[in-house]
Amino acid sequence: MPPVLPARGGRRRLYLLTALLSLVGLGDSIYLTVKHLTGQSVRCTISTGCDAVLASAYASVGGFPLAAFGALAYFAVFSLATLALFGYRGARMLLLIIVGLMTLMTLRLLYLQAFVLQAYCEFCLLSALITLSLAGLMLFSFLPQRHRDSEER
Amino acid sequence: MKRNLPLLIIGTVLLAALIGGGILYNRSKPAPTADAQKPQAANSAPGADPPRLRGNANAPVMLEEFGDFQCPPCGLLHPELKEIEKQYGDKLVVSFRQFPLAQLHKHAYDAARAAEAAGLQGKFWEMHDMLYEKQKEWEFAVDGRTVFTDYARTLGLDVERFSRDIGGDVATGRVTLDMRRGKSMGVMGTPTVFINGKLVGEKDMTRAGLTMLIDAALKAKGQ
Repeated sequence: MPPVLPARGGRRRLYLLTALLSLVGLGDSIYLTVKHLTGQSVRCTISTGCDAVLASAYASVGGFPLAAFGALAYFAVFSLATLALFGYRGARMLLLIIVGLMTLMTLRLLYLQAFVLQAYCEFCLLSALITLSLAGLMLFSFLPQRHRDSEER
Repeated sequence: MKRNLPLLIIGTVLLAALIGGGILYNRSKPAPTADAQKPQAANSAPGADPPRLRGNANAPVMLEEFGDFQCPPCGLLHPELKEIEKQYGDKLVVSFRQFPLAQLHKHAYDAARAAEAAGLQGKFWEMHDMLYEKQKEWEFAVDGRTVFTDYARTLGLDVERFSRDIGGDVATGRVTLDMRRGKSMGVMGTPTVFINGKLVGEKDMTRAGLTMLIDAALKAKGQ
């Protein structure tokens, strides 16, 4: 993934925004992971909402908190957005793939909260909002900017 | 330097995330002995009578579990408890109290009543074990009762009576009484365990932690 030219103008702002958003997502996921590890994974509780979601069977994958995978994904997005900002061209495609996968996962988790668990966790909703915003940014970066790309070179 | 700047930024964020996560984890960990060994409420409700006991009823140590058959942590605790029961033999009696978290787990209430209905035919513990051991099979079932009726058939129960009892007053009443006892003892979630009436803290909800507390209870009884 050799560095080419640092991103400029609108594209630069876009990667900067992607990196900043992913940092917020990273913080949110770390918080949820810690919450899971320090209590919610060992006891199901009467309270609903966040606890209902975090104590559900969907909150872990193979014994690991799902939020930890979220934290890894957000870190990957941050790293790739930073690399893209500095002109590593291959980072853009990887970024698109990761954000695409995260969006699919987010849609599934939103479905589970709405229709299966019938409970919402505000921190999970914040994460969903961030991922969907990232997806919007990715679409924006790939669709209308192609033309501007060629102009820049 | 400029070439390495992105890697430097990424490394810094990684380090900050690890340190921040570590600090948050340490701050969020339950205090070591905060809720452990708190004496049980003096005037707790009695619960269903007779209680569901496994082991020597006159054992010096009683482990009372408030459980929900659909709760994943309860399912994880189940094999640990079975090993502990084997380890202590006649020195330990286990009491199971129903505490289904119906608003959290779709089939928890029916599972509790299924175990009680099986109990009316003398097979409470067989159904109890089956529900925990096959939890992954039925937790997302569309119709829990059909699955539980199949389990009753497997256990050789009178299926017609079981189907009647599962929605009957006796099974429902026992679940209600156990839940009333749990709430009077401050139970908020599952699994919650008491050893000789003392609440086991979350940090001790492991095989090693429970063993240590049972040993301490035996020692207190001079065993």
